[in-house]
Amino acid sequence: MSALEVIRPGPLALLQDAGRPGLAALGITGSGAFDRKAFRAGAALVGNDPAGRDAAIEITLGGLVVRASGGPVQVALTGAPVPATVGGLAAPFGRAFALAEGDELALELPPRGVRSYLSVRGGLLAEPEFGSRSRDLLAQLGPPPLKAGDVMAVGLAPAWQPAADGTLEPDFPAVLEVLPGPRPDWLAEPAALARTWEVSPQSDRVGVRLLGEALAWAAARIGTELPSEPVVRGGVQVPPGGLPVLFGPDHPTTGGYPVVGVIADSDRLAQLRPGDPITLRWVR
Amino acid sequence: MPGLLPCGPDAILVEPADVAQLPALTDALAGGAVAGVTEVVPAARTVLVRFGSPSALTAGRAALDHLLATVPAVVPVPDPGRTVTIAVTYDGPDLAEVAELTGLGVDGVVAAHTAAPWRVAFGGFAPGFAYLTGGDPRLQVPRRAEPRPSVPAGSVGLAGEFSGIYPRSSPGGWQLIGRTEAALWEPTREPPALLSPGRWVRFEAVP
Repeated sequence: MSALEVIRPGPLALLQDAGRPGLAALGITGSGAFDRKAFRAGAALVGNDPAGRDAAIEITLGGLVVRASGGPVQVALTGAPVPATVGGLAAPFGRAFALAEGDELALELPPRGVRSYLSVRGGLLAEPEFGSRSRDLLAQLGPPPLKAGDVMAVGLAPAWQPAADGTLEPDFPAVLEVLPGPRPDWLAEPAALARTWEVSPQSDRVGVRLLGEALAWAAARIGTELPSEPVVRGGVQVPPGGLPVLFGPDHPTTGGYPVVGVIADSDRLAQLRPGDPITLRWVR
Repeated sequence: MPGLLPCGPDAILVEPADVAQLPALTDALAGGAVAGVTEVVPAARTVLVRFGSPSALTAGRAALDHLLATVPAVVPVPDPGRTVTIAVTYDGPDLAEVAELTGLGVDGVVAAHTAAPWRVAFGGFAPGFAYLTGGDPRLQVPRRAEPRPSVPAGSVGLAGEFSGIYPRSSPGGWQLIGRTEAALWEPTREPPALLSPGRWVRFEAVP
């Protein structure tokens, strides 16, 4: 049976699939690939399950080195365009290619964006938890972050045919649209959210934190508490300190600070790099 | 402002005018009262209603509005068929402080905690963690000023109107009054959480 062996994991490499939807009432968040469009594109390129049940590697800021063992594997790289080599020769991005037994695929640092996906035909096998092989960094569910020496078996080739190569448009947003959330009235001036912020280094799959001039809570709310309520991926939460947090796939299922808006396309958060400027814009 | 609060492209946060409407509202939604609903997530004062798509949300909005306007406010009645008995050893590190804060004394706290049945209002915080409500109101105590970095699995705590049990070791700020050996979270069980919304809990003191 063919397998992938981790030679070096890079800064952070996680198995991700379509996650654990529908379990929030049990305290289990959705998790799953952060940039779902890139993950699905990779699955299509290698002919994996379109519903996203085959796990891929979500690579944060490149650096991953893997070796094929036990036979050839068919792979594809999507997401943040990352320079990569196989045996010293440039590897393709955005289309499927084969790794022969013993081949080493080495990723460098993507010049832009954060998360790249290495999809493998048949998916990577690991013990699922609640129907998913996604690593949830907050609840610590699913397979732990990859480390050197990990060997992951590759699943049986699925019945789907690989999609034709297409052009993958890297999505590096300068503007994010914000839909209304449940608690805009907790801000003194909801309109003040709509401006250009800077992405904080304290950003991860739980949430992307923004830096800038703090937003003021409405005077009547200061010193009060919001009873914990459910939150959603993409939710724009404003704690008392006034700096927004944009919830990623591993967000807590409930939160005690007001969610004033919801990012319309939360996949775009996956590629925001610390220091990037990002403009929020209200839409109705 | 109570009502149907927007929550992004495919969800609505429902906040009933009367919190006593929440149990019936949650049950009705979970029972399929509104078409197109894919997930129902109850919390302290609100319930999140997720639709499969923005168009399903648009289609279901009127029915949701109608449900909210008509769902009764009822105090839920304990259901013996849905009641779980949990054995607790009352020796928690905050038991003495809770005894003092409430003025009940240690025996009084144990008696109050074991007397009334608690209802699982909602889950959250961590897999298997259940917020239990409806207990003796004299047991309402604030969270600890400083959360503990690590609370052992099985710890039984109090915070505000809620009681809860830590399903696994985690940081936590609840006042700990005891511990249990009950298996709150078994991934292979269906559902994996022992305490799912709508169930009832009766605590039983054991040495």
